[in-house]
Amino acid sequence: MQRDPNVFLMGEEVGVYQGAYKVSRGLLEEFGPMRIVDTPIAELGFAGIGVGAAMAGLRPVIEFMTWNFAVLALDQIVNSAAKILYESGGQIPIPIVLRGPNGAALQLAAQHSQAWDSWLSHIPGLKVVAPATPADAKGLLKAAIRDNNPVIVLEGEMLYNLKGDVPEGEHIVPIGRADVKRPGRDVTFVCHSKTVAVALKAAEQLAEHEGVSAEVLDLRSLRPLDEEAIVGSVARTNRAVVIEEGWPHAGIGAQVVDVIQREAFDQLDAPVLRVTQADVPMPYNKQLERLAKPSPDRVVAAARRVLYLD
Amino acid sequence: MATATAQTTDAPAQRELERRMLRQMLLIRHFEEKAAEAYALGKIGGFCHLYIGQEAVAVGSLSALRDDDYVISSYREHGQALARGVPANAVMAELFGKATGCSKGKGGSMHLFDAGRRFMGGHGIVGGHIPLAAGLGFAIRYKGGDQVCICYFGEAAVNIGAFHETLNMASVYKLPVIFLCENNRYGMGTAFERVAAVTDVVEHACSYDMAAELVNGMDVLAVYEATRRAAERGRKGGRPTLLEVRTYRFMGHSMSDPLHGVYRTKEEVEEQRKRDPISPASLRRRACWIRRGWTPSIPRCARRPRKRSASPIEAPTRIPPSSLPTCWPIDGDAHLPRRPQPGAARGDAARPQRVSHG
Repeated sequence: MQRDPNVFLMGEEVGVYQGAYKVSRGLLEEFGPMRIVDTPIAELGFAGIGVGAAMAGLRPVIEFMTWNFAVLALDQIVNSAAKILYESGGQIPIPIVLRGPNGAALQLAAQHSQAWDSWLSHIPGLKVVAPATPADAKGLLKAAIRDNNPVIVLEGEMLYNLKGDVPEGEHIVPIGRADVKRPGRDVTFVCHSKTVAVALKAAEQLAEHEGVSAEVLDLRSLRPLDEEAIVGSVARTNRAVVIEEGWPHAGIGAQVVDVIQREAFDQLDAPVLRVTQADVPMPYNKQLERLAKPSPDRVVAAARRVLYLD
Repeated sequence: MATATAQTTDAPAQRELERRMLRQMLLIRHFEEKAAEAYALGKIGGFCHLYIGQEAVAVGSLSALRDDDYVISSYREHGQALARGVPANAVMAELFGKATGCSKGKGGSMHLFDAGRRFMGGHGIVGGHIPLAAGLGFAIRYKGGDQVCICYFGEAAVNIGAFHETLNMASVYKLPVIFLCENNRYGMGTAFERVAAVTDVVEHACSYDMAAELVNGMDVLAVYEATRRAAERGRKGGRPTLLEVRTYRFMGHSMSDPLHGVYRTKEEVEEQRKRDPISPASLRRRACWIRRGWTPSIPRCARRPRKRSASPIEAPTRIPPSSLPTCWPIDGDAHLPRRPQPGAARGDAARPQRVSHG
């Protein structure tokens, strides 16, 4: 925002309240109400205002308090943001960022605990990124704001408290490039966002108890998907488990498995398995919620199966 | 009467304005008749919503605006595109799906675009473009400009949430937007009074503390004057206006809908046709318009074909298959991202993003 006066932030509670999750703390004071814009609770309306402003050359950053509420704005995301460049014959780019927390937090129940990764990644015209670490969050957000296309940034309520090293200054993570968060030889865990921590924990357990070396590949970007990195890793390990926060049916994992069977079929030593949220709306009960979410234990179990250790 | 106000200005300029508006209305009428013809011949595909009967709305309102104002519309937007000055050939070529169309054959009848003329599109989801108009207005205010944005939509869009969310925010943020509701009385085949609790669209402005005006959409000068007042409100005070312009479409909802259908009577359509903004009667009433002979600039493609398919109506629609993935982000998902060059540190500045113009 300091670099480009065309960048502004708009959303519910981003100004006076300093952000529902304090993501925009101090911004109103620094940039003023013209650039830090509080909105009514009208997701469709303010998402559309963002797209319209982008049509006129501004670079809006639209914050949804959570992606659960952004469902109300899907018409603007899918029909306006994603399509205007193409249907105008390339005349009108939409350099907009749509961001907010995605997926489950803790005991927020069914309507507030949904991962929209695969829905949003389905749409041509959108780019979708889902950082797992503070450094990637900074680098991908910067890349997203500078991109001339609509970019969806899927954050996580549970990740806002995560601490980690963040490079100073111009740190940009190119969109469309995965990152090996832990190198390994025996099995690849393909994951993103919150499931990176799950996969890392599972990899630790496997190393400690089974002597298995798991590679953790963080997709970081869901569209475009870094197929080369996925194939490269699986070609080394010959086995894969794909982990995601969303539901199993038509999920991101299904897309990753398609890449693997198409490009690395001959390198596979076992069928690829997936670990997802249980195929139910998220329950409120703490114990049931834990059962529904992808967990290190479930990843370890899947890894044991693809390694034929059971 | 609105015409009286209009005539108080410089008389030759006024005559020129009126002549220009008449020419534009005739162009739209002629264009739409030719489009209907081409549609019947199977040269135009998909949905095609004609503007016949509503010409005075687009022409009157756009004549009151400047070239640097923004225009955005729904899917019944051939008239606005033409009145905005998008060349008739480019519009007709778009309907034909040609690469020479104003949207390079990617948009069709419902998605005409001309960024250079600030014609920000036809949009296909009822009411979906109304928030976009507020966004364009927001950008004007953000940059400190004195332009306005005009947004056309039908009365049926008034029942959708996007309309209400947008009017509220346009008023709260003081955006220079003219919300022009073309009330042609039917949302497809459903009469407005059958589905709207409040049938005077202007009444909705009260809920959002917005200026509003009810306008006779069959009188091009009335539309011109009302838009001029609304534009002034936007330019000077950054205030939005809701205009309800009462008009009537003489054709069916789209080309698949017969002239009057089952939802309105033949007599009703005939009765309304007497109010045609460009009927001979209208021409006589506004005799000043026809003091000199006018020549509508008929699009080349809609002229009578000369020998051997000189007209694009006769020509086959060809577009190179290679254009399918164009007009698309260069770094989009059609290709894998390039790996970093050996030696280049990861996390270097992102490659500059450009937009392909196909």
